[in-house]
Amino acid sequence: MVTTTENAPEVNASQGYFGRAMKRVEDPRLIKGIATYVDDLKLPGVLHAEFLRSPHANANIKSIKTDAAKKLPGVLGIFTGADVNDKAGTIPCASPLPGGKSPAHTVLAGARAYFVGHPVAVVVAETRTIARDALDLVDVDYEPLPAVIDPEKALEEGSPLTHPELGTNVAFTWSLPAGDVDGAFKEADKILKIRMVHPRLTPMAIEPRGCAASWHAGESSLTLWTSTQIPHLVRTLLPGMIHIPENKLRVVAPEVGGGFGSKLNLYAEEAVVSYLAMHLDRPVKWIEGRRENASATTHGRDQIADNEIAIQKDGTVLAIRSKIIADVGSYCQLLTPAIPTLTGLMLCGCYKLKAVRVDLTGVHTNKMSTDAYRGAGRPEAAYMIERVMDLVASELGLDPVEVRLKNMPESTEFPFTTATGLMYDSGNYQAALKKAQDLADWPKLLEERDTARKAGRLFGIGLSTYVEICALGPSKIMAAGGWEWACVRIEISGKVTVITGTTPHGQGQETSFAQIAADRLGVPIEDIVVLRGDTATAHFGRDTYGSRATALGGTAIVMSIDKIIEKTKTLAAALLESTPKEIEFKDGKFFINGNAKTALGWGQLASEAYVAKNLPAGLEPGLEASSFFEPPNCTYPFGTHIVAVEVDRDTGQVKILKYIAVDDCGKQVNPLLVEGQVQGGIAQSIGAALMEKTVYDENGQLLTGEFMDYAIPRAADIPDFVLGSTVTPSPSNPLGVKGVGEAGTIGATPAIANAVVDALSPLGIRHLDLPFTPERVWRAIQEKEGQS
Amino acid sequence: MIPAAFDYVRPATLDEALGLLGKHGEDAKVLAGGHSLIPAMKLRLAQPKIVIDIGRIGDLRSIGERDGKIAIGALTTHYEIESSDLLGRSCPLLPEVAGKIGDVQVRNKGTIGGSCVHADPAGDWPAAMLALDAEFEIASPRGTRTVAAKDFFVDMLTSAVESGEILKFIHVPVTAKTAAYVKFAQKASGFAVAGVAAVVDQARKAVAVAVTGVAAKAYRATGVESSLRGLEISAATIATAAQKAADGVDALSDIHASAEFRVHLARVYAVRALELAASRG
Amino acid sequence: MNTAVKIRVNGMLRESEVEPRLLLVQFLREVCGLTGTHVGCETGVCGACTVLVDGKAVKSCTMFAVQADGSEIRTVEGLSRNGKLHPVQEGFWECHGLQCGYCTPGMIMTAVQLLERNSSPSRDEIRHALDGNLCRCTGYSHIVDAVEHAAKKGLL
Repeated sequence: MVTTTENAPEVNASQGYFGRAMKRVEDPRLIKGIATYVDDLKLPGVLHAEFLRSPHANANIKSIKTDAAKKLPGVLGIFTGADVNDKAGTIPCASPLPGGKSPAHTVLAGARAYFVGHPVAVVVAETRTIARDALDLVDVDYEPLPAVIDPEKALEEGSPLTHPELGTNVAFTWSLPAGDVDGAFKEADKILKIRMVHPRLTPMAIEPRGCAASWHAGESSLTLWTSTQIPHLVRTLLPGMIHIPENKLRVVAPEVGGGFGSKLNLYAEEAVVSYLAMHLDRPVKWIEGRRENASATTHGRDQIADNEIAIQKDGTVLAIRSKIIADVGSYCQLLTPAIPTLTGLMLCGCYKLKAVRVDLTGVHTNKMSTDAYRGAGRPEAAYMIERVMDLVASELGLDPVEVRLKNMPESTEFPFTTATGLMYDSGNYQAALKKAQDLADWPKLLEERDTARKAGRLFGIGLSTYVEICALGPSKIMAAGGWEWACVRIEISGKVTVITGTTPHGQGQETSFAQIAADRLGVPIEDIVVLRGDTATAHFGRDTYGSRATALGGTAIVMSIDKIIEKTKTLAAALLESTPKEIEFKDGKFFINGNAKTALGWGQLASEAYVAKNLPAGLEPGLEASSFFEPPNCTYPFGTHIVAVEVDRDTGQVKILKYIAVDDCGKQVNPLLVEGQVQGGIAQSIGAALMEKTVYDENGQLLTGEFMDYAIPRAADIPDFVLGSTVTPSPSNPLGVKGVGEAGTIGATPAIANAVVDALSPLGIRHLDLPFTPERVWRAIQEKEGQS
Repeated sequence: MIPAAFDYVRPATLDEALGLLGKHGEDAKVLAGGHSLIPAMKLRLAQPKIVIDIGRIGDLRSIGERDGKIAIGALTTHYEIESSDLLGRSCPLLPEVAGKIGDVQVRNKGTIGGSCVHADPAGDWPAAMLALDAEFEIASPRGTRTVAAKDFFVDMLTSAVESGEILKFIHVPVTAKTAAYVKFAQKASGFAVAGVAAVVDQARKAVAVAVTGVAAKAYRATGVESSLRGLEISAATIATAAQKAADGVDALSDIHASAEFRVHLARVYAVRALELAASRG
Repeated sequence: MNTAVKIRVNGMLRESEVEPRLLLVQFLREVCGLTGTHVGCETGVCGACTVLVDGKAVKSCTMFAVQADGSEIRTVEGLSRNGKLHPVQEGFWECHGLQCGYCTPGMIMTAVQLLERNSSPSRDEIRHALDGNLCRCTGYSHIVDAVEHAAKKGLL
């Protein structure tokens, strides 16, 4: 292993599972190929659905002729908006902003299609092949209309309207006036202006979406298996759409092949497939193809920001004014409006700005909706503020490290409330920065740059000192509860079942939660099983997104275990003819204080608890407890990434020569898993920085609909990382965990951006937007060299 | 993902294949490695009524040297070329190109013949074929004919192989080590945005330079070649000559690279290919 | 019109009548019931469907089952012997070379072929051998570690 991960977790129990880098219990089924993803489900009598999707970005649907398709043997039915829209409801947005205008988002297109990929009809057949053949026979008469594609043009007078009935292309506006911005600008020695664009990205989980629904006519209940991050939220939102009671719906997330936020949504297909299963009284399965995924699964980012920054000559950053245009696509899906507001809230980064003003406009265009994508609003914020810090440094001729240090709060100033009103739980930005510089051999890196520049090479160093907000979050700020739930059960045999309301899909909590439980209970980790993803089993939960599972889910587990320990003390006391106050619990054993010979283990106690012959009066049988953890605050992971790049002057290609990352996610349950999350996040950031961009042409045709055209990083694109960590426990939960799922995606892109701009700075290039594709870099160089 | 329905036949010999092709005409498509045809069929861009699988015709899968030339069967896979000791000795340009095609899985199955007949404007083989003045031996029920590389790549996705014909062999000369293929790959697909094959003959002071990925079909950069004829190959002469690498060419433009960038890359990679080729002497 | 195929999968002979257009990956998943091989795209790029056909790593989504008539196929389900994991599988487990697991079977099969062709590849050689396998979760570092781990252990 070439990474160096240093972690000094507190080993707070005898077995030392917490903090141990250990391999995962979920791996055997995955490496043997015997896990069950949604397409692997074998449902007797299952029918297959295929969706016919609009090839136009904006078009009236004049007619849909289904006769020919219906005649194909094996086709059970073809359904259009006219058939299902009033039966399968409208797709919800859980985070509308006040004053926002939303069109009704029917599950299938009605009179009009609004984006390429918009589902227009659905074919149900005995086999997937027949369904696919039938699609070719459905005849839709479209009347194409001009497409609204450029979000800035969409705001101009006379622009065509994405949703004419709204009278505007403005989906929502939101303002964050924080502090005396005008005053700060008056005070400033200088005002910097910079426009920044963060392109639209496609999450591209390797498993596309899919779902299968089965109607149990005898009970009038439905089971929906879906490749989702949010079975519980789906169970909350879907019943109203398909008109069945909540307690007659079971939602199961089987093995899920990646989500990254793109499966943090309630989708049309889930409602339609559910409805079809009910209507046809046979199970129905739908599996998304890659082009469907690229065009009809949510996209990420897509913000244009015009920023003004008020600074002092000594490098103090006083305030930022930011006008942000967010191209949200044709509809607001679950969290669409919320995402760019997170950008606004985190725009201060890890700095003591006096004031911030963000004016956000969400714009409807004829594209797929944007919504959460790993980082969800925070990568955009980190990108902006970290580019700003470098701009400030270069404008004033100061060291970019010194500028950052000058504006950071001291570690003693936490909890630290930002200008935007967020209370950062804990932090030591200076320590992470120093550690990263040490790992990078900072002075040597600077020398390397000098040498390279003297030789005429375009060598650049960039850093980002980022902070982010996660472990979402206190219910006050969440749409439908931010708590997390767990149930822990000591079975009659003494084995342990942990049920989590989070829904890991690769993050490894079947292992890390077992580590937490093993330590807390003092049982061998092999005796613990962690269940997740099925609302019939994990009957409460708020699922996995926003890097929340360990911080919130882990805490709920600990709370439940502590309740069991409390109860078991009473039981042990009764059995040992003592009192609960006299009972000690240590290393998985209960005994009378000071008398180890009286020790009773979980096996004996569980047996007593369930056989129940010797229970004291008033003590219920069983050893099970569940808890809801309501977090008092979010958590704020942070870190420093340092990148060295070289730009090939002739081709514009950027090569990452060195990558150093120090991330602080608080206490680490399993450092191996933490490393995996950081590396994965950085890789996605490398994609965003160097190669990824969702492209619609001027007619709204999606040009990046396959892996042939949308580049995501390959193994050869990722250098060996040097990874380190600092550990600043979070006071937001008793585990001290901050969360790490998104940190890599937030800290990395700005570091790479700063490195590339640094590499180009000898040519007089001050800023360049993402992605740094070879042509974009080459053109920037040409432009400057043409001027000289 | 699911192709339209078709009938399938797998002839055991070339004659049988030609017979089937003649019988079915435009309704049929020839299947070799499948790595150009099957993706098109899965997207339903190609919907042949009958697929003639020539993949098991053993005679067409070979690499053999004879009289100073090397005959490569059309069904030889990119991997077989990449790992061929014979080619490594006698025409190392070809293994170098093969190793840059797609990825390991594609190279295991894709064939040089299938790839050339498909004539993708961004395919790697055409550059090498043109630079080597390869000859294409094409079979039909009427016999065989040979087409020079310069006439083989007719247009975007169009080769000289006509309906009813099957490519049999590709003949290349035994070449010196002073050859090279370099390419700027499209990041997502791995295809060439600009790929340049260069063969340097230091004794005769002549070069062959061919470019793929830049235009609707691969082409010989004759301007570069004539600029270097009779001159010593050096960094300076290469730099000057390479400026002509896209002369008279209508460069393609798409989201991956504009025409202007492709033209620029043609020049840059012409330099790199020539310098690398010359350095191997 | 259906065509008869005889394909040996993980040592077991499977005889079936299939539509010519049935892709090899569909044959494995739907006819053989071996769902370890996954589909991740439509244009033969992602490699999640990689299996070994007559010893060679091939994207089974870009091959018809009829083309594999008479061939020997190894899928991820056929890697372990007598309950013992293949060294590549072990490497992935030891080194956290997977997260969601969806790309993993294909990644493992490509790695198996790499090590069968080159028993001690460098980290760069490993990376390039995986050009045809996309992963969105891991960032590849641990995958490279996993293959190195397997190489050190040896395939015998």
